[in-house]
Amino acid sequence: MQRKTNQKAWFLVLPVFLLVGFSAIIPLMTVVNYSVQDSFGSGEFYWVGTEWFIEILNSERFHSALGRQLLFTSIILAIEIPLGILIALSMPKKGWGASICLVLMALPLLIPWNVVGTIWQIFAREDIGLLGHTLAAMGVEYNYTQSAFDAWVTVIVMDVWHWTSLVVLLCYAGLCSIPEAFYQAAKIDGATRWAVFRYIQFPKMNRVLLIAVLLRFMDSFMIYTEPFVVTGGGPGNATTFLSIDLVKMAIGQFDVGPAAAFSLIYFLIVLLVSWVFYTVMTARDGEAG
Amino acid sequence: MLSKIRITPTLYIIFLMVPLYWLLTMALKTNAEILGEFTLWPTNPTLANFKTILTDPSWYNGYINSTIYVALNTVISLTVALPAAYAFSRYRFVGDKHLFFWLLSNRMAPPAVFVLPFFQLYSSIGLFDTHIAVALAHCLFNVPLAVWILEGFMSGVPKEIDETAQIDGYSFGAFFVRIFMPLIGSGIGVAAFFCFMFSWVELLIARTLTSVHAKPIAAVMTRTVSASGLDWGVLAAAGVLTIVPGAIVIWFVRNHIAKGFALGRV
Repeated sequence: MQRKTNQKAWFLVLPVFLLVGFSAIIPLMTVVNYSVQDSFGSGEFYWVGTEWFIEILNSERFHSALGRQLLFTSIILAIEIPLGILIALSMPKKGWGASICLVLMALPLLIPWNVVGTIWQIFAREDIGLLGHTLAAMGVEYNYTQSAFDAWVTVIVMDVWHWTSLVVLLCYAGLCSIPEAFYQAAKIDGATRWAVFRYIQFPKMNRVLLIAVLLRFMDSFMIYTEPFVVTGGGPGNATTFLSIDLVKMAIGQFDVGPAAAFSLIYFLIVLLVSWVFYTVMTARDGEAG
Repeated sequence: MLSKIRITPTLYIIFLMVPLYWLLTMALKTNAEILGEFTLWPTNPTLANFKTILTDPSWYNGYINSTIYVALNTVISLTVALPAAYAFSRYRFVGDKHLFFWLLSNRMAPPAVFVLPFFQLYSSIGLFDTHIAVALAHCLFNVPLAVWILEGFMSGVPKEIDETAQIDGYSFGAFFVRIFMPLIGSGIGVAAFFCFMFSWVELLIARTLTSVHAKPIAAVMTRTVSASGLDWGVLAAAGVLTIVPGAIVIWFVRNHIAKGFALGRV
C-alpha cells in the first residue's frame, strides 16, 4: 500500500514509544551500567571497563552453555519445521474436521510454560508417569534425572509437543491462501504430488515458514521455564541452557557484573540473527510489491 | 486415499493429547492412588483435588491475581497499540522503519535478561508486588506483538475508506472509533487473544515481580512443588484449571488464530 508522508504520525506512535521505552530502555541501561562496573556490595561501584565481557567471552561456563543452546535450537528446528510442514499438508482444509484440528493443536500453545513442565514431569516419571512406567515395563532404561541423554530426549520431545503446532498453524494459514484454481491447473497438466508441493505449495508457504523459523529460533533460544521445571538444568549441567545459566548467575549467585555482560552478549546474538531474518523478510516483501 | 492422508494429523493429535489425558487422570485420583498401584484411569474418580483449590484462598487467589494482571495488560497493550498500528500502516514518517524493528527487537529480548533490572526498577518506584507492575512489564513483549498483528489487519483495509470518511466530514477520532475499529474487529479480537495468551503463559517475570499480593497461579504451583513435594493430585488439578481459560478462548478465534501467529501477515 502506498503510504503518505506525514510527520504528525509520530503523535500516534508516541504512547507506544514511551511505554515500551519505560519497560525496555531503563532496564537495558541498568544492565549496561552493571556490565562495566564492579561493587563491594555496599552500593559503591567503580569502573572496570570491558573486564566482565572479556571474562565471560573466555569462560568455559559460557562456552558450554552456548554450545548446548545452539545444539538444542538446531535439533528443535530440524525436527519441528519438517514435521510441521508434513502435518499442515495432510490436514483437512475446511469443515468441522479443520476446526477440531486447529483447536486441539493450538491447545499446548496456551498452557502456562511451567505447567507444560509439570505435565511432562508427571508424564515421564518412572514411579507415577505413563511414559516412564511404560518404558520401564518394556525394559527400557530411562531416567531423566540421572542420565544426561534421557534428560535431553525428554526436553526435546517436550518442546516438540509444545511448539510444533505453531509451525503447523503458520503453514496451514499459508496453504489456505492458495486458490483452488492452482490445484486444478496442476491436475490438468498432470503434475506429480512432488511437483505440486515444490512449485505451488512451497512458494506460497515461504513467507510464513520464514516467520515460523524466526519465532522458533527466538523462543527456543530463550527457553527457560520448561526445562527448569523438568530437569532444573541437570543432571549436572547437562540441560543448563543460556537463560537458566543467566538466572543462576544473576539471582542465585548475585554476580551482577558478569551476569550483565552475559545478558548483553546473549541479547546481541539473538538480535543479530533476528535482524538477518528480518532483512531477508522485508527484502522479499519489497520484491512482492 | 482419504483415510491414508489423515493418518499424520491423527497420530499427531494423539501425541498431543496423551500427556494432557494423563494430567487429567492425575487430577481425578487421590494421592494414595497416584503413589500406589499403577492404574491407567482413576478407579474412584474424585473431585477432592479441585475442591482443595477452589476453597483454599492461597490457591484461588493465584487465579484471581493472574486474571487481573492479564486483563490489565491486554487493555493497556491494545490502547497504545491501536493508534501506533494505524500510523505504521498509513503513514511514512522519520524513523518509522527503525522504530518498527526496535519494537520487534523487544519481542526478541530474552526475559532472563530483564529479570534483575525489572526487579530493581519496580522496587524503586514502589510498584513491587502489584498487579500493575506485572501488567506493565509484560507490555515489553505484548505491545510490539499487538502493533504487528493490528498493522497486518489494518493494511488489509483499503485507504479509500479513510478518505471517504474525511470528505463526509468525520473527525479523525470519530472515524477511528465509529468506522475503522469495527472494520478491523477480528484483528482486535486476535490481538487481544495473543496479549492474553502471552501474558497468561509467562512465568519468569511475573514470579520475580511479585511476592504475596499479586502472586500468579503459575508461581503458586512452583511453591507447592518444592514445599510439600508430593501432592501430585492437587498440582495436576491446578494445571488442568490453568488450561481451561485458554481452551475456551481458542474456540472463538480458531479461524483467525493462524493469521495472528503470522503476526497478521499471511
